[in-house]
Amino acid sequence: MSTPRPTRPWTPSLIQRLTDFLVVIVSMILAVAVVEVTPLKGKLAYLFAFFLIYIAISTVYRGMRTGSAAAKNNVVQALVAFAALVAITPIFSILFTVVSKGIKGISFGIFTRDMSLATPTDPLTSGGLLHAITGTLTLVLCALIMSVPIGILTALYLTEIRGRFTRPIRFLVQAMSGVPSIVAGLFILSAVLYPITKQYSGFMGSLALTILMIPTIARTSEEVLKLIPNDLREAGVALGGTQWRTVAMIVIPAARSGLVTAMILGIARIAGETAPLLLLTGGGDRVNPNPFSGPMGSLPYYIWKSFNAGSPEAITRAWAGLLVLLVVVFILFISARLLVNRKKA
Amino acid sequence: MSASIPQPRLITTQPRKSDRVFRGIVTAGGFSSLLILGLIAIFLGFRGFEVIRTEGFRFITSSDWSISTDDAGNVLESHFGLAAMLVGTILCALTAVVIAVPISIGTSLFLNFYAPNFLKRILTTLIDLMAAFPSILFGIWGFLVLMPSAEYWAKLIHKYFGFIPLFEIKPYVVTRSPFVAGVVLAIMIIPIITSISREIYSQAPLDRIQAAYALGATKWAMIRAVVLPHGRNGVVGGAMLGLGRAMGETVAVFTVLNIVFQINWHILLGAGGNVASLIILKFGDASPYEIRALMAAGLVLFVLTLIVNALADFIVRHTSKSGR
Repeated sequence: MSTPRPTRPWTPSLIQRLTDFLVVIVSMILAVAVVEVTPLKGKLAYLFAFFLIYIAISTVYRGMRTGSAAAKNNVVQALVAFAALVAITPIFSILFTVVSKGIKGISFGIFTRDMSLATPTDPLTSGGLLHAITGTLTLVLCALIMSVPIGILTALYLTEIRGRFTRPIRFLVQAMSGVPSIVAGLFILSAVLYPITKQYSGFMGSLALTILMIPTIARTSEEVLKLIPNDLREAGVALGGTQWRTVAMIVIPAARSGLVTAMILGIARIAGETAPLLLLTGGGDRVNPNPFSGPMGSLPYYIWKSFNAGSPEAITRAWAGLLVLLVVVFILFISARLLVNRKKA
Repeated sequence: MSASIPQPRLITTQPRKSDRVFRGIVTAGGFSSLLILGLIAIFLGFRGFEVIRTEGFRFITSSDWSISTDDAGNVLESHFGLAAMLVGTILCALTAVVIAVPISIGTSLFLNFYAPNFLKRILTTLIDLMAAFPSILFGIWGFLVLMPSAEYWAKLIHKYFGFIPLFEIKPYVVTRSPFVAGVVLAIMIIPIITSISREIYSQAPLDRIQAAYALGATKWAMIRAVVLPHGRNGVVGGAMLGLGRAMGETVAVFTVLNIVFQINWHILLGAGGNVASLIILKFGDASPYEIRALMAAGLVLFVLTLIVNALADFIVRHTSKSGR
């Protein structure tokens, strides 16, 4: 005696899969035929012809088999899948272009030299982006030192104090995240650079980046702190801890990895920020370890300058810079993901 | 026997000194965002005040941008008007939103309800990654890779829909038009709008979804009856956030747009404007007085994005309160 196998009426059968596949093939052939016969031409024409014919055939087929509701569903399914395809295409195009064009400009030498003895239009064997990398690291570090305390204090205000002003502050943080980067740059220019320091320096750039970074850190930290169970806070208070001890010894350590994620997301937000750096840092061509005096280079500035120089060598430099920047963003993104996932597990 | 009776301990709800200090510091930190936003408005207003006062209302209604100085650097004559730039900013941003919203809604519906699980995870990661791409990357990619295709699309639109006044091209210049900038901006804001609408659609009440299925609804019928009404306001809010982002974008627009000081409502014509790009364009060789005008322009942009963001926030919050 054998037990009967459970049936799964909702999974498509072999014949259904074959017919679905057949519909795709038939509409591909028809699409090619349509493009050949009519005056339409180009890649776009193939795509659209295929898409329209596929929708038509599969809808008629579904409609005949299961009625008009299923046919409508089929149209929508094809439409949303097409939308997802359109949304995802630029990502692949960007990644492909940056990697294929940037790789030509990458060599060991560019990580050991700066541009103090070269111009962007020189051959790729001279000059490099050492100054840009050290500059971006300095800028990000300074911005991090300033924005992390403010961002986390804001998040603590929103989650721990919960005063009368929680809602307005939350709104203001939201509004601050919408401040255009160029406005942040202009603000530092008008409030600090012109009246006080009167010279371009890396620190001015960091100040503008801080403004852009605070809302990202504050909002992510708030989400993380909200997830800390209230039992922990109550346990801390029940043991006789003051609020200060409870937050410092229990809540913050419990949220540690989440707060690191917030920092990483903040760095990813500002690592490629260009507009304020164009206004504030002066974009030096040599390695400058001092953020408080002298112009400071950075990856976005280097890319911008090379791109505007316009010669083939300079464009290759720009792509190489973009590749380095993209790798930095990618590493930050992956590490933030891993931290989040580890916390969930 | 002189055992002193211990004084009863004072029981109080007053927080201790350490707590008061702690609460003070945290509250001060919390108010930093108010402080920064206020300072931005004050300083840009303070620097730009002189220009706004001399130009008056013309600062946002006229569209000349010219300054002449004598050899000593004294300003002889100046006209600063933002009208063309404001129109261009709004035109580019609206084009971007009109392109991005249907694609984002489709993508988020696909991710939430149609995609198989493995595909959903991959696509979500990719779209989140794209949201972290720096804007200069979109700018240079848009200029070198997308622009030729986008101009070809512009020609196609003009060929088939040229009778609509919006798509007129006179004179026939299609390079670096607001349409191209709008396409680049659309690609930048698709990840933002997608992730917001995906979040909102995923909060659609499960009991109603299952009730719809139990009544024999197909996926689309369920989405139309439950998910779309639930998410309507939230998606509008997300689109507004995307609009705010698109209006403030600088570098990506500057690389692909041809900036012309003339009001132009024809999106396919290669002449546009953008406040943020204007600032980058003119900053390099601006005289101190012109920089004041740029500060005033920055103030206008700041106020504009603040209004759009406030509206977006209001709409999104209004949704979460009304639990449909």
